[in-house]
Amino acid sequence: MNPLIEFQQVCKYYHMGDSTVVAADHISFEIFPGEFVAIVGSSGSGKSTCMNIIGCLDVPSEGTYLLKGQDVGQMDKNQLAEVRNRLLGFIFQQYNLLPKLNLVENVEVPLMYAGVSKKERRERARQALEEVGLGDKWRHKPMELSGGQQQRVSIARALVGHPSVILADEPTGALDSRTGREVLGMLQDLHQQGHTVVLITHDNSIAVQAQRIIRLEDGKVVYDGPSDAPEAVVTPRFSGGEGRVRA
Amino acid sequence: MKITESLQLALKNIVSSKVRTLLTMLGIIIGVAAVIVIVGLGNGLETYVTDSFSSLGTNTLTVSVMSRGSTRSLDAEDFYEIVADNSQYLDLCSPTVPMMGYVKIGSETISSTTCTGVSEDYLDISGMTVASGRGLQYSDMLTRSKVCVIGAYLNQAYFGGNAVGQTLRVGGQSLEVVGVLAQKGDTLEEGGSDDCLYLPYTTAERISGQASTYTVTMRDENNIDQSVAALEASLYAVFASDDYYTVTSMAEMLDTMTSMINILVGVLAGIAAISLVVGDIGIMNIMLVSVTERTREIGVRKSLGAKERYIMQQFVIEAATTSALGGIIGILIGDGLSAVATAVISRISEESLTVAPTLGAVLLAFGISVGIGILFGYLPAKKAARLNPIDALHYD
Repeated sequence: MNPLIEFQQVCKYYHMGDSTVVAADHISFEIFPGEFVAIVGSSGSGKSTCMNIIGCLDVPSEGTYLLKGQDVGQMDKNQLAEVRNRLLGFIFQQYNLLPKLNLVENVEVPLMYAGVSKKERRERARQALEEVGLGDKWRHKPMELSGGQQQRVSIARALVGHPSVILADEPTGALDSRTGREVLGMLQDLHQQGHTVVLITHDNSIAVQAQRIIRLEDGKVVYDGPSDAPEAVVTPRFSGGEGRVRA
Repeated sequence: MKITESLQLALKNIVSSKVRTLLTMLGIIIGVAAVIVIVGLGNGLETYVTDSFSSLGTNTLTVSVMSRGSTRSLDAEDFYEIVADNSQYLDLCSPTVPMMGYVKIGSETISSTTCTGVSEDYLDISGMTVASGRGLQYSDMLTRSKVCVIGAYLNQAYFGGNAVGQTLRVGGQSLEVVGVLAQKGDTLEEGGSDDCLYLPYTTAERISGQASTYTVTMRDENNIDQSVAALEASLYAVFASDDYYTVTSMAEMLDTMTSMINILVGVLAGIAAISLVVGDIGIMNIMLVSVTERTREIGVRKSLGAKERYIMQQFVIEAATTSALGGIIGILIGDGLSAVATAVISRISEESLTVAPTLGAVLLAFGISVGIGILFGYLPAKKAARLNPIDALHYD
C-alpha cells in the first residue's frame, strides 16, 4: 500500500530580519490510509508548520511532501487550493465557521468551491449535518450553538467533500473536557469508518487517543510509533542520534 | 463557483449591514441623481430655446446693412432685386423698420408696444395670422398707405376688441387700423408678444428713415449655407467689402445657443460626475475595511479550497453590486427630483420648462458609477485574494 502522506527530509525556514528560524528540520514520516495519527509537540516544536504543510497551506523550503503521490512543493497557489478542496478536510480549534451563513450554508462552502450543483450541495450538506447529529438545526446560525455543536458542524464541513485526510488542529482546545471527549470520540468513529485522521495537539492525554504518535521537538521528529508504547508520552531528554541536549 | 452565487453572497453581505451600505452608496446616489437632474435641466432648456426659435422660423435669414458712402448703398428696392436674383434659394422678403416713436391712442401714450415697418409678406414669414380685418398688402407699400395691423393686446386693451376702422398715431403719423392679429401668447400682457403693431415699411421709412434690416425666408432650410453664401455674394457685389453687411440665420443662432447650453450642461454634469468618483472612492474605502474585517473569513474560505479568483470575484462583485444598487437608487431619486423641478419651475415662472431625464444621461451615470465601482473594487479584492491563508486564519 502506498503512503497517503509522505514527508521526505522536509525543512521549513522562516526569515525574521537577519536571523533564520528553522521551524522544520529534515522531518520524514509516512502516513498510510486509514491511520489515526497524532502529531504532538509543545509550542515552537514545529507541529503547526507540519500541519500547515500537510494541509497544503504552505510548502516546504526543502525536501519533498507527497500527498497521494503528488509533489505538493511543485504546485502553484491554484493547484494547492484545489488539493485542499478535494483531498483535505480541516477541523480548527476555533471552529472557523462563517458567522453570516447558517449551518447548512457553512457545510456547503467546500462543495461550492468544488463546483457541485446547488441542489446536490444542499442534499449532501444536510446529510453531513445529519451524521453529526445536527440535521434539525440546519437553519441556525453558528452563534446560536454551543462550542461542541459548532465543532460538530465543522466536522460535518470537513467530511462533506469526502476528503482523503481529516486534519484536526487542536480540535478540543476551545472545549471543556466533556465536549472535548465527545469530539475526540467522533474522530475515533471516523477512524473506525476508515477515514485517515491527522490530529495536531500539544496535549499528551489527547494524543494518546490516536493509534500512532509522531512527537516533534525543535523541528525534529523525536518519537514515531504506537501511542500505547511507554515512551510515546514521555518526552525523551535526548533526541534522535544526534545526542543534542535539549535546553 | 458561478457569478450568480457570488452575487447572492454579495447581496447577503449588503443586506446584513444595511446602514453601512447605505452610507457607502450615498456618494453614488447623490452623484447619479445630480447628473440626471442637470442633464435633464439642460435638455429642457434646449427644448425651450428650440421651441422659442422655431416660432420665429428657423428658415429665415436676417440681413443688416449699413451704407458705405453715397455710391455704395442699398435700399429696399435694391434688396428686393437681390432676393429676386437669388430666387433659387430665397423666397419671401421683408424689410423691417423699427419705429422709435410711441403709440398714441386718443389721449393715451403707450410706450410698451413694438412698432415695426414691414412688407406684405412679413406676417407669412413670421407665421402670424389676421383675426379680423385684413393684413398689409402690396398696394399699401406702393402708396405708402397710412394703415397698420395691431396685435391682440392693443385691440383688447384699448379698443375693446373693435379696433378695425379706428385710428391711432405712431411717431406723430395718424394710421388707420385695418386688421387685428390672432393672439400668439398664452396671456395678453403689456410688452408681451401680442403688444405689437405693423405698418407698411414704405410708410415707416418716411418717419424713421431707410430700412437697414431685412428678413428673408429660404426655399429650403437644409440649404442654409448655400443660401447665405449666395446672399453674401450679391451683397459683396454692392459694397465691395464684407464689413458693411451681416447675414444671420436663425438656425445658426439656434445652433450657437444650443451648443452654449450643451457646454454649460457638460461642465455642470462633469462637476456632478466628480461626486460619482468620490462615491466610488468611498466604496473602495469600505471594501478595504471589509477585507480587513473579513480576513479570517477569507482564510477559512481559502483553506476550504477557494482559489484566488473566487475570492477576487466575490469582492469585485460586492463592490459592483453596491455601486449598482447606489446607481439604481440615484436614478430613481434623479427622476423624482426632475419631476419636482418641473413642477416647481412651472409654478414660480409662467414659462414651462420640462426637466426631462434622458436615457443617455441615465445610462452614462449608471455606467460610470458601476464601472468605476468595479475598478475601485478591484484593489481591495486583489488585496483579499492575495492574503496568505495561514496568516488570515490566525487573524483576530
